[in-house]
Amino acid sequence: MRELSLHVMDIVQNSLSAGASLTEISVTEQGKQMAIAIIDNGRGMSQEQVKSVIDPFFTTRTTRKVGLGVPLFKMAAEQTGGSFSISSELGAGTRLTAVFQTTSVDMIPLGDINSTISLLIRCNPDRDFLFRRAKDGKEFTLDTRELRRVLGEGVALDAPEVMEWIDAYLAEQTETIFGGTI
Amino acid sequence: MKSLEELRAIKERVQNQVAMREDKTGALRVQVGMATCGIAAGARPVLNAFVEECTKRNLKNVIVTQTGCIGICQFEPVVEVVSADGEKVTYVKMTPEKAIRVVNDHLVNGNVVTEFTIGANS
Ligand SMILES: Nc1ncnc2c1ncn2[C@@H]1O[C@H](COP(=O)(O)OP(=O)(O)OP(=O)(O)O)[C@@H](O)[C@H]1O
Ligand SMILES: [Mg+2]
Repeated sequence: MRELSLHVMDIVQNSLSAGASLTEISVTEQGKQMAIAIIDNGRGMSQEQVKSVIDPFFTTRTTRKVGLGVPLFKMAAEQTGGSFSISSELGAGTRLTAVFQTTSVDMIPLGDINSTISLLIRCNPDRDFLFRRAKDGKEFTLDTRELRRVLGEGVALDAPEVMEWIDAYLAEQTETIFGGTI
Repeated sequence: MKSLEELRAIKERVQNQVAMREDKTGALRVQVGMATCGIAAGARPVLNAFVEECTKRNLKNVIVTQTGCIGICQFEPVVEVVSADGEKVTYVKMTPEKAIRVVNDHLVNGNVVTEFTIGANS
């Protein structure tokens, strides 16, 4: 994939398929490192399942196709000289963290992460998302639970006026933490 | 700067519009496959095109949503349009341009775009 933000979409789709009501997505840049973490409260996996997920060739089953989403994300991180970890607990949720060395020639650009977040919110109005972006000490968050509290019962999160606010908020905040350089 | 205050103002304004929460029964569902195969083939811009076009045309009876692997990876990006009575049309090898056609012809005017369907492409 050409953008890490597309990997994020892919990994979050796993969380949604696992029935997560809340998914946290954080992108943290510090010096030459970028960490992407995705934490959900979905149905989780057994330890055996976790093992088979990170190694597509390790599987005792022949009945279902092997998954590619998690191994590709892991590879994208490791090819930069970074690292990857996944932990999960049945009935509790799953946490994935990928660390990238941004100066590596094999670094894939983050790409349009705001588009990924906006689409996730717009197309899954019954789920909550917590997005956090940080760079060298500056950060912002977008928490759909907080937006829902403001909007109350009468106005949906995916109403066009609200989505417009969300898109503008993401754009402005991103510009702020990058000092208006992007 | 966008603030929660501003969001509160949006709430007050939108809330007062008549018949605010439109009835979504009888709605058309647009489901875009968002698993690895779909995303790698360009599903995100397709989903975005559906969202933008439906918003622009103010379509109230359409729900745009994402779904996991639909199971026909060689045809990705795949989009299913499901009507209230459960009838399903499967569009394959979608692009943002094709998405706009589907919104106009199928969602607005009720004409299936046969040339983009799986039947015409397999
Ligand atoms: N967040 C999660 N919560 C629960 N189970 C998960 C989660 N992420 C992955 N899994 C499990 O691991 C499997 C493999 O995930 P992976 O994304 O690698 O492939 P996939 O989703 O099956 O297919 P695809 O290649 O289309 O992504 C999933 O089918 C699911 O059973
Ligand atoms: Mg997956």
